[in-house]
Amino acid sequence: MPYTAKIKVTLRQSILDVQGKAVEHALKNLGYHTVESARIGKYIEVIINEEELQQAERICNEICQKLLSNPVMENFSFELEQVN
Amino acid sequence: MADVTVGVVVFPGSNCDHDTEYAVGSFSAVKPRMLWHNDHDLQGAKAIILPGGFSYGDYLRAGSIARFSPIMQEVIEFARKGFPVLGICNGFQVLLESGLLEGALSKNRDKKFLCCQTTLKTVNCSTIFTSRYQQDQLLSIPIAHGQGNYFAPPEVIESLEEHEQIVFKYSDAEGRVSDESNPNGSLRNIAGIINRQGNVLGLMPHPERASEKSLGSVDGRGLFESLFRHVAGV
Repeated sequence: MPYTAKIKVTLRQSILDVQGKAVEHALKNLGYHTVESARIGKYIEVIINEEELQQAERICNEICQKLLSNPVMENFSFELEQVN
Repeated sequence: MADVTVGVVVFPGSNCDHDTEYAVGSFSAVKPRMLWHNDHDLQGAKAIILPGGFSYGDYLRAGSIARFSPIMQEVIEFARKGFPVLGICNGFQVLLESGLLEGALSKNRDKKFLCCQTTLKTVNCSTIFTSRYQQDQLLSIPIAHGQGNYFAPPEVIESLEEHEQIVFKYSDAEGRVSDESNPNGSLRNIAGIINRQGNVLGLMPHPERASEKSLGSVDGRGLFESLFRHVAGV
């Protein structure tokens, strides 16, 4: 049974997120004064055709480190769900 | 003596490849050769240039997909053997993604795509790419990028400084390196760095766009000239 990997890639806190800043200002301009900050990341869905959860996890970790995120400036997290 | 071949890699989305070819072709004793991203053959090139542009549409992150293209496996091998590799703009981003250089480039501090003339200070003129320049020489070379904000963890920055791997810094016309003369927010005004071995250089500014009088500046020629003198052994 394949797994869907729901992957989030976010900029590290120490990296200035200019897109997030622009969105934050836009929200404040719309009158949402309680909005404190906005940060923008990426959401990636990957279907991994593996029987074992452990194996799917291993592959997901590997692709996040290898291609989907840049460890110098980004963090990643993911959840795996079985595809029915 | 036969002309020395200099390879210019063409990724889908490269858009400074022909400018670079043109600039390389304007020097005697070297011959540019275009290398397609899907090939494995460096065709006898003695130096490789990764040009500017938007390889693979800059999808995911600038340079992240290009880094895994077939030709890059050869380029990485070529660089590890000590041969010269120059990355300009998107080419710099590809070099960082491939791990040949340290650090990363994020979006410009002021959110804007910047296309303008900048002043660069040559802070290390003893590399194979800068031997034709004087120490601290100021160069007028344009930038054209949206993601040129150089970042690296503090220990990497310290190590770059310590080993004189920072080659170009953004400065003002008087040579002052300050926040005001920093167009994109790069740490320490970094515009270009070299690897520890001294054979891989990446920079955001475009020397090929400052390589003949009609372009308004010839200051970029020194970089190519340094490199070509090195590979031609003169």
